[in-house]
Amino acid sequence: MAETKGKKITISPVTRIEGHARITLQYDAKGKLDEARFHVNEFRGFEKFCEGRYFTEMPAITPRICGICPVSHAVCSAKAGEGIMRIKPPRIGDQLRRLIQLGQMISSHALSFYHLSSPDMLMGWDCDPDKRNIVGMYEQFPDLVRRGIRLRQFGQEISMYITGKKIHTMGVVCGGMSIPLKEEAREALLKWIPEALETLDMSLELYKGYYEKNKEELNVFAYHPTMYMGLVQADGTHEFYDGKVRLVDEKGEIVEDGFNPADFAQYIAEHPIAWSYLKYPYYKPYGFEKGFYRVGPLARLNVAERMPTPLAQKEFELFRQLEDGKVIHGTFHFHYARLIEMLSSVEQARDILNDPQILSTETWARGERNQHDGVGCTEAPRGILFHHYTTDDNGLLTKVNLLIATGQNNPAMNTSIKQVAEKYVRLDDVQEGALNRVEGAIRCYDPCLSCSTHAAGQMPLLIELKDHRGKIVRTLARGG
Amino acid sequence: MPDKITISINGTEIKTEEGKSILSVCKENDIHIPVMCHFPGLTDVGACRLCLCEVKGYNKLLPACTTLVAENMEIQTHTEKLKEYRRVIVEMFFSERNHMCSICVANTNCELQDMATEVGMQHVRFPFLNQECAVDASHPKYVIDHNRCIMCTRCVRVCSEVEGAHNWDVKNRGYNARVISDFDQPWGESETCTSCGKCLNVCPTGALWAKGSVQGKLDKFPEKITDLIEKRGIH
Ligand code: SF4
Ligand code: FES
Repeated sequence: MAETKGKKITISPVTRIEGHARITLQYDAKGKLDEARFHVNEFRGFEKFCEGRYFTEMPAITPRICGICPVSHAVCSAKAGEGIMRIKPPRIGDQLRRLIQLGQMISSHALSFYHLSSPDMLMGWDCDPDKRNIVGMYEQFPDLVRRGIRLRQFGQEISMYITGKKIHTMGVVCGGMSIPLKEEAREALLKWIPEALETLDMSLELYKGYYEKNKEELNVFAYHPTMYMGLVQADGTHEFYDGKVRLVDEKGEIVEDGFNPADFAQYIAEHPIAWSYLKYPYYKPYGFEKGFYRVGPLARLNVAERMPTPLAQKEFELFRQLEDGKVIHGTFHFHYARLIEMLSSVEQARDILNDPQILSTETWARGERNQHDGVGCTEAPRGILFHHYTTDDNGLLTKVNLLIATGQNNPAMNTSIKQVAEKYVRLDDVQEGALNRVEGAIRCYDPCLSCSTHAAGQMPLLIELKDHRGKIVRTLARGG
Repeated sequence: MPDKITISINGTEIKTEEGKSILSVCKENDIHIPVMCHFPGLTDVGACRLCLCEVKGYNKLLPACTTLVAENMEIQTHTEKLKEYRRVIVEMFFSERNHMCSICVANTNCELQDMATEVGMQHVRFPFLNQECAVDASHPKYVIDHNRCIMCTRCVRVCSEVEGAHNWDVKNRGYNARVISDFDQPWGESETCTSCGKCLNVCPTGALWAKGSVQGKLDKFPEKITDLIEKRGIH
């Protein structure tokens, strides 16, 4: 634990996020916060060791990047492979992949909201850290916790029922799905829908109530305008699986609408930084810093004009009323956006399961390598995801480039930490609750460092306070 | 007519004939010996060493697939020492090249995986060699992934003895040994390969597979090859 002397705070490892990380708060000689940095100290080199593999193997390899969003990686890989083959899956193949991806949105968002972040809301920032977790929550809010756990289970069961595996989904292949849906699975999954909708209704009420009570704090909590990027359907409706890439500026004006994902390198540049394995991506035409953008639930709701399903649409309208402008910049509302997305996911899953052709066995289009390059693009729970593969004449990969959600939120995460630390952390009297708020800012993004560094593991966090000479004066460490 | 002889296997007296291998006598008498390089109908070469047995009077272990029975031979097939050796051999297969079961086309349909279970392998006790092995996808229909090859040479033998093409052969020795196509050319440039796919069906692992196969969904029909060998009366 911590000792107080001076000028630099490190939160390491950050708790209740996925992966391993460290936060450094660097103070100047006058004791003013100079810099706040979120470091990621792992490197896995996934891109490198995929080189030399045959491209159709990628939907089986890339899900191993992460146990939280394996489906998005599988889907993105399959799409990149389909680019190389120049084929499209049959409609039901696409629908089944969409369904598994919705399941993953539900399970990942449920994990973030109920298990990792709701303790801050329901138990309070300053509550005893030993109690401020899912176990402590269970004592006080058993029904909500149970429901949250079951909602996550529903998300995982979608994958389980379709492919036989809860986590590293099988069956997503270049050309569609190698496993069709069975009637028993369809029936079993439909049974979950009413309970899932009820849980989300309860949770949204809870969030809105919490917001009403804490408006003052939340309205300024890590509030900072940025650009936003996410997928939308052709008419601007919110989209998870397949669509056009839209970028809006901080006023909500559309700056890019439908650039071809294959050309993403023309629009997005990545700036390596010395102190972390995460890079700083930015929108090229606006340049470094001015071109910082955010991705993920908040971004998707900010780029969308409407939700695809009725219940989620109602909530979306309320969400948009939070600020007069077109976009919501309050970082805390990532959680709100997550709930609305879960609601929409449940509604969409129900609609897909009720599709009269969903049991079709025509789910897989076959093909072979027809061109050297392929780009896949889809939404992962934490934001938009790009996979770009290049192969030799035989289909062996010569280059793999993965652009991952947490990496894209990296610049914004640092801004959020800085704002929160400036407001709450007093060098002369460092309170645990204040450091928890710093962590809380990170948790809004639900960063997955397994993905962003393509590194594995459950994440503990370390906060370090450093003085102007770079000397660590206080450390706060917690296990994950 | 071959001469009748008497031997003993694991203490049981067995009447059999000269000219047979220990492995075939064991098979006839329902004594199961683990094998990897042996494939019914192909010439045995004793490459994998899994079928090693103890024979009284010999101070080294002998492979059951290539050792012929002889009068009064006393054979042990399942001593503790042999069981441990077999586990070690399988662990060495896993450590020699790069076997990533979870992403392999042959996952759940792999003789190496089954063998690991059969010999009771818990984990690999040897350091992984992490050899750099190439994947050759130059053939229009098939892929050979040397990472997953255990050098059983079944492909070499089926290609030469059944198909008569002899596309496959072996270069180098030991750790550096590799299966090669023709004169070590890319498979896609082979002049002898008839694209019959027999090698894919006898390969015990996921080293040989058809393009379009996906993770855990490899179809292999080794019994069809056995059938063919019997029908053609090879050997
Ligand atoms: S490619 Fe397969 S059949 Fe050929 S030697 Fe290797 S493991 Fe045996
Ligand atoms: S089966 Fe006898 S050595 Fe391989």
